[in-house]
Amino acid sequence: MSSIGKVTGIIANLVIVETDDRVAQNEICFIKHDNTRLMAEVIKIMGQKVYVQVFESTRGLKVGSEVEFAGHMLEVTLGPGLLSKNFDGLQNDLDKMEGVFLKRGEYTEPLDKDKEFEFTPIVKEGGSVIAGDWLGEVKENWIGHKIMVPFVFKDEYTVKSITKEGTYKIHDTMAVLTDKDGKEHKVTMVQKWPVKVPVRAFKEKPRPFKVLETGVRVFDTLNPIAEGGTGFIPGPFGSGKTVLQHALSKQAEADLVIIAACGERANEVVEIFTEFPELEDPRTGRALMERTTIIANTSNMPVAAREASVYTAMTLAEYYRTMGLKVLLLADSTSRWAQALREMSNRMEELPGPDGFPMDLPAIISNFYSRAGYVYLNNGETGSITFIGTVSPAGGNLKEPVTESTKKAARCFYALSQQRADSKRYPAIDPIESYSKYLEYPEIIEYLNKNNGENWVSNVLYVKDVLLRSKESYEQINILGDDGVPLEYHITFWKGEVVDFAISQQDAFDKIDSSTDFKRQRYMLEKIIDVLKADFKFNSFEEVNPYFKKLINQFKQMNYSEFDSDKFKNNEKELEVIIKERKVA
Amino acid sequence: MEKDTKAFQRVYTKLFQLTKATVSLKASGIGNEELAIVDGRLAQVVKIMGDIVTLQVFAGTEGIATDAEVIFTGKAPTLKVGEDLAGRFFNAYGEPIDGGQIMGEEREIGGPSVNPVRRKQPSEFIATGIAGIDLNNALVTGQKIPFFADPDQPYNQVMAMVALRAEADKIILGGVGLTNDDYLYFKQVFDDAGALDRIVGFINTTENPPVERLLVPDMALAAAEYYAAEKNQKVLVLLTDLTLYADALSIVSNRMDQIPSKDSMPGSLYSDLARLYEKAVQFPDGGSITIIAVTSLSSGDITHAIPDNTGYITEGQLFLRKDSDIGKVIVDPFRSLSRLKQLVIGKKTREDHPQVMNAAVRLYADAANAKTKLENGFDLTDYDERTLEFAKAYSEKLLAIDVNIEVDQMLETAYELFSKNFSPVEVGLKKEFVDQYWKKDE
Repeated sequence: MSSIGKVTGIIANLVIVETDDRVAQNEICFIKHDNTRLMAEVIKIMGQKVYVQVFESTRGLKVGSEVEFAGHMLEVTLGPGLLSKNFDGLQNDLDKMEGVFLKRGEYTEPLDKDKEFEFTPIVKEGGSVIAGDWLGEVKENWIGHKIMVPFVFKDEYTVKSITKEGTYKIHDTMAVLTDKDGKEHKVTMVQKWPVKVPVRAFKEKPRPFKVLETGVRVFDTLNPIAEGGTGFIPGPFGSGKTVLQHALSKQAEADLVIIAACGERANEVVEIFTEFPELEDPRTGRALMERTTIIANTSNMPVAAREASVYTAMTLAEYYRTMGLKVLLLADSTSRWAQALREMSNRMEELPGPDGFPMDLPAIISNFYSRAGYVYLNNGETGSITFIGTVSPAGGNLKEPVTESTKKAARCFYALSQQRADSKRYPAIDPIESYSKYLEYPEIIEYLNKNNGENWVSNVLYVKDVLLRSKESYEQINILGDDGVPLEYHITFWKGEVVDFAISQQDAFDKIDSSTDFKRQRYMLEKIIDVLKADFKFNSFEEVNPYFKKLINQFKQMNYSEFDSDKFKNNEKELEVIIKERKVA
Repeated sequence: MEKDTKAFQRVYTKLFQLTKATVSLKASGIGNEELAIVDGRLAQVVKIMGDIVTLQVFAGTEGIATDAEVIFTGKAPTLKVGEDLAGRFFNAYGEPIDGGQIMGEEREIGGPSVNPVRRKQPSEFIATGIAGIDLNNALVTGQKIPFFADPDQPYNQVMAMVALRAEADKIILGGVGLTNDDYLYFKQVFDDAGALDRIVGFINTTENPPVERLLVPDMALAAAEYYAAEKNQKVLVLLTDLTLYADALSIVSNRMDQIPSKDSMPGSLYSDLARLYEKAVQFPDGGSITIIAVTSLSSGDITHAIPDNTGYITEGQLFLRKDSDIGKVIVDPFRSLSRLKQLVIGKKTREDHPQVMNAAVRLYADAANAKTKLENGFDLTDYDERTLEFAKAYSEKLLAIDVNIEVDQMLETAYELFSKNFSPVEVGLKKEFVDQYWKKDE
């Protein structure tokens, strides 16, 4: 018998329910309204008064409406068929909804119950297993989707029976497990998990030691993100956060990509729906959409479901990580989620923290980021979640609670600069402000030097130093005037510009330049280092600007040509000619 | 005390709490967001606690007595929609300003959102003839974009111009705190252009109570949805000025004792504005809603909560600026941005469009640097001099809002200015484009 209650108060989407029955914090409930049931989550309990946030519009709702508590927290359904789907923040399959407009109280099944999957068993009868262990495998798109011991199972179980190879539906029994008291448990392809609780079905979480290739040079070369690492991208509007996130989701070397579009523009999600099925994943040659899952809670969808959307996305990522996959999770934008928390805290008349945000915001954010990571599974295999969130700081000011809290939690910081965006230097990531803590990890340095050449990291640090000196020279030139500084200042400034134009800047809309693999990045970095370390001869500062512009133009032509093609080689020859013009032997 | 007049309508006459904008009374069976008439004025339920209902009175509560009559209507705010709407002007409640009746179906305003998977990607270029928009910040049907402008700038004029040239099936004007002069201006311009039969206006002027303004955008967008979703028409919605809408929101939240966030705005400002702007959509059956809005700024400050939140919601923004070199108002190429332009430029327009656009803006930025140098008393290089020359001509021939030419002509003009002042290497276009389009010396 589930707990029931009655609505006694309504303020926007905060509803107060009175009940004498047992309720739990974060429990889900359904409010009966006309012929629909509106889903809500318990956020505070005061005696018999239960405060719930409704995931839908409360227009027309009346006091006295019946409320039924579900007996569980907000949970997601996990099983084969999640990939390539478009869900809302509560994991409703958006494609299954009828009509052009969303209907209130319409909830759809996340998985297809009649779809058949080819099952291959992995465990043997009599084996002992714990939560997260692989029982068998089905093919989902091209990945081997593992059917696992449900995460909610505690302690050890013995495999009593395992279904033999064949074609099955998701609710068929795939295995029967016996617990230590001899009780039998049937396992299907589907399990459920509460989104706010981290999935811990792995052996250990080491420090990340590999780099995730993204094809974006300002990431890979200058500020690499580790596989299983965390990063965030704060930036004012118009600085290119979304274009950058889309570039990452298209190119990153991940098995699958989960995108939480949290409180952002619907047209941006539409762009993914429209383009990803057409685009090819360069690594597998399959449609990009096959490895992509979208959790869409756009800004006009119910506010309370925004918070749910990032947790839903994270839980799906954890599920696939436990199968030994490399998952990239992107959330755009975590600020909208924080704002949703603020709206609710405000309605509950809680004492506000800085800028009206709830006091526990930093804890909530760091807790969420900590769910990412590289893991060793119980069977020795590995899996990872690399998480990159965007932040939309109010007024572009990075000294605001969401940015500051995130900075403490994330290990990579990619600062988008308005100034760079204004001068159309894209991606507008400030090469000096931004950092990757991973470049200081000995295991990452070792990994990079092993894969990209023994001098790789020292070269990268050298390039960063050139950028810094270039900026200093630029400031001096601005203060003292072109002819008020030694000629050397102009050269130093322009060497930094070479790095900026040839590495930092990248044309996201050009087919070739948009994605650069490590092999090419390594080749180009060595070319650029040659220029940076060379001495050039000029008679006056007026000669410096046109010469370096010519040089930069040639680097850009190389970036626009296919690697190792004739066009690329010709451009490279021309570059050599230009370098020789002024280089002091 | 309670008596039934019509079905659903219940009348109460005992108010126990009055503030400047709200009244509270004991009532039962009332739905959230339901409309009521308080002493003849329209009001809406904003809070229910047990048997206590709080209503927001749009026109303010001046003179309302504790025994005022309160009639609940049993429904949320609605608009009557039908072919009759065209050519008419309405107040914030959707009643014709010129009197008379509207035949049509009643629709709730502020209705549900479009399922994102049912949306189409916007792909139709809106030509305005203004190069500062078409060349640098091309607009697309289904887009939402505001003008960020100081009150002294001619945004309403530019908006009217864009609306008339945009070839929309319907233009819906949502006047939010419009001055009466501007209201008459819009009416006049549309009339002169012979476009009145394509116009629907929802007008709240500065003469009307501020809280009434909250209804105008929803009314305008409900009408837009009718034409776009049901009649498959291309609808352009003009909302001016949404800063005043946000101000009205802050008045209400203040009266409701809510804790303000940045700049005294309600914490829900982002969601409140997004709810409006996200009505911009390309429907699968050809209809579309494009929103062009105005967010007035206080001395150009875009870090204020209203423009800041707006910028995160909309697909770009347009800035107007008076260029003292040419004495004209231009569309600022640095700060303006159309996020959806990539969907049409170089695809629906000539292939070199994106590169020409970027090159011109980059050179214009170089000119701005040269100008700073000049102001700081430094000598200019020959290149600096040429960029200044270019910038002036670029401003005059392309950025000024009085320009009215086709996109191809804009591109040709750009090449003329490039070749007059620069070598191809300095402009940095792809070689293919230089070969094909660069103006050779005559």
